[in-house]
Amino acid sequence: MILVLVETSLEGEATEVSLEALTLARSLSTAGSDRPVDAVVVGQPPDELLATLGSYGVRRVHALTGEAFTSYAAAAWASGLLSVRHGAGSDTVMAAGTPRGNEVMAHVAARAGVAMAANVLRVEGLTPFVVTRQVVGGAALEEMRLADRLAVLTVAGHAVEPTPAADPGSAELVVETPEIADADLVARVVSTEAPEPDLSGDLTSARVVVGAGRGAGSADGFADLLELTDLLGASLGVSRVVTSLGWRPHHEQVGQTGSRISPDLYVPCGISGAIQHWAGCSSAKAILAINTDAEAPMVTRATYAVIGDLHEVVPAINAEIRRRRG
Amino acid sequence: MVDVLVCVKRVVDSSSEVVLTEDAQSVDGRFAGFTMSAHEECAVELTVQLTADAGTARVMTLGDADAVEQLRHALAVGCSDATHVVADANAFGPADVAREIAAVVHDHDTQLVLLGNDAADSGDFQVGIRLAYELGWPVVNGASTVSVADGTVTASGTGPDGHETYRVPLPAVVTVLEGGIEPRYPTVPGRMKAKRVPIEERQPTTEPTGPSRVRLLRPPPAPSVVQVLGEGADAAPAVVDVLEQLGVLSR
Ligand SMILES: Cc1cc2nc3c(=O)[nH]c(=O)nc-3n(C[C@H](O)[C@H](O)[C@H](O)COP(=O)(O)OP(=O)(O)OC[C@H]3O[C@@H](n4cnc5c(N)ncnc54)[C@H](O)[C@@H]3O)c2cc1C
Repeated sequence: MILVLVETSLEGEATEVSLEALTLARSLSTAGSDRPVDAVVVGQPPDELLATLGSYGVRRVHALTGEAFTSYAAAAWASGLLSVRHGAGSDTVMAAGTPRGNEVMAHVAARAGVAMAANVLRVEGLTPFVVTRQVVGGAALEEMRLADRLAVLTVAGHAVEPTPAADPGSAELVVETPEIADADLVARVVSTEAPEPDLSGDLTSARVVVGAGRGAGSADGFADLLELTDLLGASLGVSRVVTSLGWRPHHEQVGQTGSRISPDLYVPCGISGAIQHWAGCSSAKAILAINTDAEAPMVTRATYAVIGDLHEVVPAINAEIRRRRG
Repeated sequence: MVDVLVCVKRVVDSSSEVVLTEDAQSVDGRFAGFTMSAHEECAVELTVQLTADAGTARVMTLGDADAVEQLRHALAVGCSDATHVVADANAFGPADVAREIAAVVHDHDTQLVLLGNDAADSGDFQVGIRLAYELGWPVVNGASTVSVADGTVTASGTGPDGHETYRVPLPAVVTVLEGGIEPRYPTVPGRMKAKRVPIEERQPTTEPTGPSRVRLLRPPPAPSVVQVLGEGADAAPAVVDVLEQLGVLSR
């Protein structure tokens, strides 16, 4: 049995990346030994979530409930997952390659004393179990063998197109309240402050992202870029240079050490497209680069490009949008 | 007062093109040069701040002879002591590295270990967590701020629902994520001092079981399909045509 940790949004919906992980799990199940896919969620799942998971081919949804799961503790989640695994006899445990997914899977692997593969793109073979995963921020790939009795892995964001099952079923709900040791609750979240609303919005789910790099020139060089962001109803994402220089806050950073985005359109302005930035934006469906350098990697990899100074190009685009809107 | 151990790894500076060694087992850093993982630069900075008034700031690495460069860097920005486990890091998997760090922790009465959330090269996300299990200590992952008072570590970072705070008793392990803190650059006196600090050299305590790597590969290059819409401000109408075609102007 393949066990997938499904993360949910505040509204109780399965996150897109978890649906991607389920899609990969299902492909393993159909390519291999017909092993069923079960999901683990934390908390009582709403009916809509059960319906979604059923449509992704999930046989059973194990809901981890009880006081131990009221605030996040990675060790408790891992302990809960392993107790489900023990009861259901799974040989593969996986999650999306999010900070939480990687953290919980690392706990699972450490507790079980087995290897873990983070950020897997695809599975090369089932016997032996060999995966290809991203390393060096996506600049290289690694083929890795998971030879232990339990395979633990996370799935890189947007490596797989989330696809409902051809023969959707209805997932059976199993509510579980596993015993969690006190030691597994020592490191738990004691308070959460909601993020301040800002123009970065939810970068990872934005349909349009306007990007800004060193080409913005200074902290004061963002006015036109912010206006474009607003006109497109977009989120603002920046390069690491911009956050390192303190021009914009770190949570706006896109890339290997920032957010991974997958918008319909990314408009990187004055961003060279270094591999670490590319790691965060390569899943954009279309890229419209604005750059003075026609040879910049971001330009050569883009779908569309404008060669020029962003401080001239962006105000002209803003003016044109306003003109057409009347 | 707290004795902190910060763990760093010498990695290839991947800002330029990544080249693989002939046996496809590692990244060839001969041309690109080497650096410390970005998250660890922040972990070093936090260590220096936490021990500014009292306590020791020990930096350690497991790596070949050249990894002493990363130790000297950490000493130059304010760490006081250094330990070098001299070994071929490529032969060590995450569980092996965790075991070697645990041995250093035991020998140096460490109360708090800081590590990078994940290494820039292997991207494993595991060493800190495996270390915590090795030691039987609590671990907080992905922190961008860390403070210690009255035997309690307060660490916080960004989670899916906002800014999350943890409070754990010492001894503890914390993995650090870039972002909350700006690493300082070494000063000239700092570099001079770092050259003179004696570095404790040790051998690994056990044979590594190795990583589970089969081989490394280069990702296939994406074919260029760029359509240049024009130059300068004159391109604006063509850009807005594209925005309309893509349906992103319909607000
Ligand atoms: C471990 C590690 C992790 C990293 N993680 C990240 C990450 O998460 N995200 C990230 O972005 N980077 C990351 N980096 C840094 C990355 O290698 C690059 O240094 C960074 O992305 C470059 O930012 P930039 O494109 O804004 O700046 P530059 O590389 O300096 O490029 C600026 C670009 O702007 C263009 N330009 C200049 N002026 C103008 C103008 N007026 N109008 C239009 N164009 C102009 C130039 O032609 C150039 O292409 C990481 C690096 C390391 C080592």
